[in-house]
Amino acid sequence: MRMPGVLALLVALALPCGAGATESIVTGLSQNRVQITTNYDGSSILIYGAVKRDAPPPEGARLEVIVTVEGPSQPLVLRRKEKVAGIWINRSSVKISSAPSFYEVTTTGPLTDILSSTDDLRYHISLPQLIRAVGITNDAENAPDFVQALQRIRLDESRYRMAIGRVQLVEDTLFRADVDLPANLGDGSYKVRLFILRGGKVIDSQERYIGVRKAGLERELFNLAHEQPFLYGVISLLLAAFAGWAASAGFRYLRS
Amino acid sequence: MQIYLPIAEVSINAFLLLGLGGIVGFLSGMFGVGGGFLITPLLLFIGVPPGVAVATGANQVVAASISGMLVQMKRKGVDFVMGTVLLVGGLIGSFIGVRVFAWMTALGQIELFVQLSYVLFLGLIGGMMFFESLRTILRNRRQGVALPVRRAHIHTWAHRLPLKMKFRVSGLYISVIPPMVIGALVGFLSASMGVGGGFILVPAMIYLLGVPTRVVVGTSLFQIIFTTSFTTLMHAVNSQTVDMLLALLLIVGGVIGAQIGSLVSMRLQAEQLRILLALLVLAVCFKIALDLLLQPAELFSITPLVLP
Repeated sequence: MRMPGVLALLVALALPCGAGATESIVTGLSQNRVQITTNYDGSSILIYGAVKRDAPPPEGARLEVIVTVEGPSQPLVLRRKEKVAGIWINRSSVKISSAPSFYEVTTTGPLTDILSSTDDLRYHISLPQLIRAVGITNDAENAPDFVQALQRIRLDESRYRMAIGRVQLVEDTLFRADVDLPANLGDGSYKVRLFILRGGKVIDSQERYIGVRKAGLERELFNLAHEQPFLYGVISLLLAAFAGWAASAGFRYLRS
Repeated sequence: MQIYLPIAEVSINAFLLLGLGGIVGFLSGMFGVGGGFLITPLLLFIGVPPGVAVATGANQVVAASISGMLVQMKRKGVDFVMGTVLLVGGLIGSFIGVRVFAWMTALGQIELFVQLSYVLFLGLIGGMMFFESLRTILRNRRQGVALPVRRAHIHTWAHRLPLKMKFRVSGLYISVIPPMVIGALVGFLSASMGVGGGFILVPAMIYLLGVPTRVVVGTSLFQIIFTTSFTTLMHAVNSQTVDMLLALLLIVGGVIGAQIGSLVSMRLQAEQLRILLALLVLAVCFKIALDLLLQPAELFSITPLVLP
């Protein structure tokens, strides 16, 4: 690992080097590109950083860190089943104009303790704020139920995750967060946001991006399917026909 | 061994997929049903998105059906004339079915429509087959080896219709109208319900057309190859939801399963085969009916508007 070197550099950067009493962050990612190959089964990203100060740290409120990782957004329809004539069928629906396909919040402590509601509203950090930020288009009577259901289902599926207390903070200066990207990952740009807070207020924040893209065979197949759909369909059928014939011929050979 | 599927965008154990393909292929080869009504729910269960599950399931059924049909062809169990007539009707039916499917999707009730049609048709056909084959088995047991005295075939209304045609392999001389209509009905159901339609075609051929059980399986598979190929191509072109890597794994398992299934099917008596298929059909029917009647654990469902 080249971590010791990087940490040393960050410590150097974090040393006092001028006037002013503000705190700001310096950050880095262990990798800013993820290649999805055939044997891809999730990957872990190390997000690290340091607090840069011009003066000794202020007394009083503790320093807290929040790191969020957000996957590409997509529009959704949420449906709810109701019992009609003894059968459970989809009745009401709410359209969400976009919701992230993946979202993880990693913090130094419980969100309600370290983040004020005004700053949550401003930066859209917690799940309810995030989904509200991306917007509901139809006004159904009980839209909040639907938004809660979206959170519940996606938390269950581990698409949305709350990793409370999982940011390691050393001497109020260096911090690191390990985020495991899931195995069911789609292409796109994953946004990483880092916040440092004191007394519920965000002091400084930074955004970084991780580019996720398919590679090798995965990329070839995906491109072929989208650029030459007819050819792709024909190849799929030929593959099926060949496999069917080969199995039949193989078994006949085995039995004779 | 985990493998990442490029279109489904999920990572799944490769051996699980091989096994799944094998089980469905086995049933396909044994009964002459495509297995579409099994593979799609199974894929959904292991986390493949619905669009990809339907389209890739169709592609897998193509391979399993070809493998099964080749075995039947060797023992002269395919009536190509009958198959072609059914196919012509099937194309007309699926043309109409695709429209109904789009209409129900727009209403947001496609899931309910599919489930209700499943329960209705599977229940009806499964029940009919079950009691008929049970009766035959009991009667044969009581009478020992002596089979009931029957004419070569029973003359029904199907024999009075015009446009008669000779189906040599099936030993039938009937009008082309009934098979054409049955083909159309199956085509309509398969396009609107998203399955191959073998589980409807097989009993319909036995009970409505009087095709001997010996040639039913092969002829049904012959028809299924074409309808599912058409479905695969439609999905590949319209929604890019066919996952070739997923299909390949299911196919490798499926073709092997289909071979074993065909061999087993030759060892069994026609009545035994029919009663097993009836039980399978009734089991699936029962499962779907339960889903409709019991309160689901999660009332809400998430549907992406644009597939990832």
